[in-house]
Amino acid sequence: MIEIRFHGRGGQGAVTSAELLALAAISEGKYAQAFPSFGPERRGAPVVAFCRVDDHPIRLRTNIYSPDLVVVLDPSLLRLINVAAGLKENGVLITNTKFTSEEIKERLGIKQTLATINANKIALEELGLPITNTTMLGSLLNARQVVHPDSLIGPLEKRFGRIADKNIRAFRRAFAETVILN
Amino acid sequence: MNKKVGIEVSLAAADAIKMANVDLIAAYPITPQTHIVEHLSELVANGELDAEFIPVESEHSALSVCIGSSAAGARTFTCTSSQGLALMNEIVFIAASLRLPIVMILANRSLSGPLSIWNDHTDVMSIRDSGWIQVFTENGQEVFDHVFFAFRVAENPKVSLPVIVNLDGFILTHVIEPIQYWDQEAVDKYLPDFKPVNTLNPDAPVTMGAFAMPGIYTEAKKAQDEALIKSKPEIIKAWKEMGKIIGRNYSPVETNQIKGAETVFLTMGSMGETVSIAVDKLRAQGQKVGQVKIRLWRPFPVEEFRKAVRNVKNIIVIDRALSFGGQGGPVAGEIRSVLYDEENRPLITNFICGLAGRDVTTDNFIDMYEMSLKMAGDKSKEEDYVMYGVRE
Repeated sequence: MIEIRFHGRGGQGAVTSAELLALAAISEGKYAQAFPSFGPERRGAPVVAFCRVDDHPIRLRTNIYSPDLVVVLDPSLLRLINVAAGLKENGVLITNTKFTSEEIKERLGIKQTLATINANKIALEELGLPITNTTMLGSLLNARQVVHPDSLIGPLEKRFGRIADKNIRAFRRAFAETVILN
Repeated sequence: MNKKVGIEVSLAAADAIKMANVDLIAAYPITPQTHIVEHLSELVANGELDAEFIPVESEHSALSVCIGSSAAGARTFTCTSSQGLALMNEIVFIAASLRLPIVMILANRSLSGPLSIWNDHTDVMSIRDSGWIQVFTENGQEVFDHVFFAFRVAENPKVSLPVIVNLDGFILTHVIEPIQYWDQEAVDKYLPDFKPVNTLNPDAPVTMGAFAMPGIYTEAKKAQDEALIKSKPEIIKAWKEMGKIIGRNYSPVETNQIKGAETVFLTMGSMGETVSIAVDKLRAQGQKVGQVKIRLWRPFPVEEFRKAVRNVKNIIVIDRALSFGGQGGPVAGEIRSVLYDEENRPLITNFICGLAGRDVTTDNFIDMYEMSLKMAGDKSKEEDYVMYGVRE
């Protein structure tokens, strides 16, 4: 089972990221769960969303405390929250940042693999908005092939309709441009 | 069978209500039930579901409308949570007494105060004795399946009672997971058209909701109790029929790894899934532990439960509600009462946990198991229950 925790701010689409990934996994015949950190959500406040993917039925109904992957949609959260809390030793932290992966790794002081992408830049260029959920999914799949990247296309088209193409471009660019630092 | 689709459990539940071809929905939105009612309102507005959607001004009115609708012979649905159920309370009892086959989905949530929108079983325990048939579900698929089950049982002329399908708020309502939809043909085969036992009809008048003098009230209540008890074989039949169609088998009391188990966890609702992981881990350590799940809460399956725990020495009862000033949680009280007359009755330890959405992990359950082995049968202890994880 792969467990993924998404950190974002209300309105940035962290919950949508988790949902799209689960939908892609289920479309592949896998089992998946996506759920928000339940509660009254406020625009701009830090939010957490969770996703589990497995080849077998998933019986856990708890939050995720030891994720395999952590995805950070908003770089400002790196200073506010211990985003790497509980991250497995062989896990990967995937973050949106304009800084180099070496700088981020040093700043966070983590031993795990780090994947970085300037998602704000890509989202602004492709979507015209700094909404990074679909971009960060591209980066996530570069770091760990939880699902085949093509499996995300269906859920992206269904969710975004006429702006799906823009999101798919952002997703594909992030998949190609992500930098991995072991 | 159909391929599993990824969907939020609330939306799948609403789709099942549509496939059950309801005639009338009356509901008032309340967290965490909201997505079910919103989606139903969309389905009606889009013309995908040919039903009346009555946006009432309160839950008291919602169930009152349902009573009128069901009495007139319409297939009727409502849905609520927590404070909404509390506001309905007066009518909940009336619906059962009138033997009206209304179906309610209850997205379980704590009751105020303090104000909380999160999940536990406090709400449903407040209407435990209302006379409704009450079932619990563990995952989205079970919720979907039990929509059809609920209408079939409720509308069965041998039953003619309202049914509540419980699902844990947020933990189930707000999760996206794979759910296998039924074919419409299978639904239509399983769930025949509603043929009410009695209807309000000007050409053939009947009295519903009559006044009862002391000389008849007791007899009315006796008849109601018998009706609920006698619904059990029809409930079991409805599950068996479902198993033939979809291959998933449900029963009033379900067990997991019960063979050779000296200690069992007892749960209702979604916690059963997490407990099953704890049981796997404890079994791997050589512990003789298993699991019992109550699916049918009312009418309580007394014989099935006694049979399930016949060889068990210790039961860990997990309660998600508290009877203040009583002896623990409502489930534990029930279990003690059901087992008191048994010759070799097991010991019972009762944990109240997961109140108002507090996460209960597999490690927590393993901890409870270890605590239970020390506590069971200890006559020196002052309390009959533990509120697990309380910060003091």
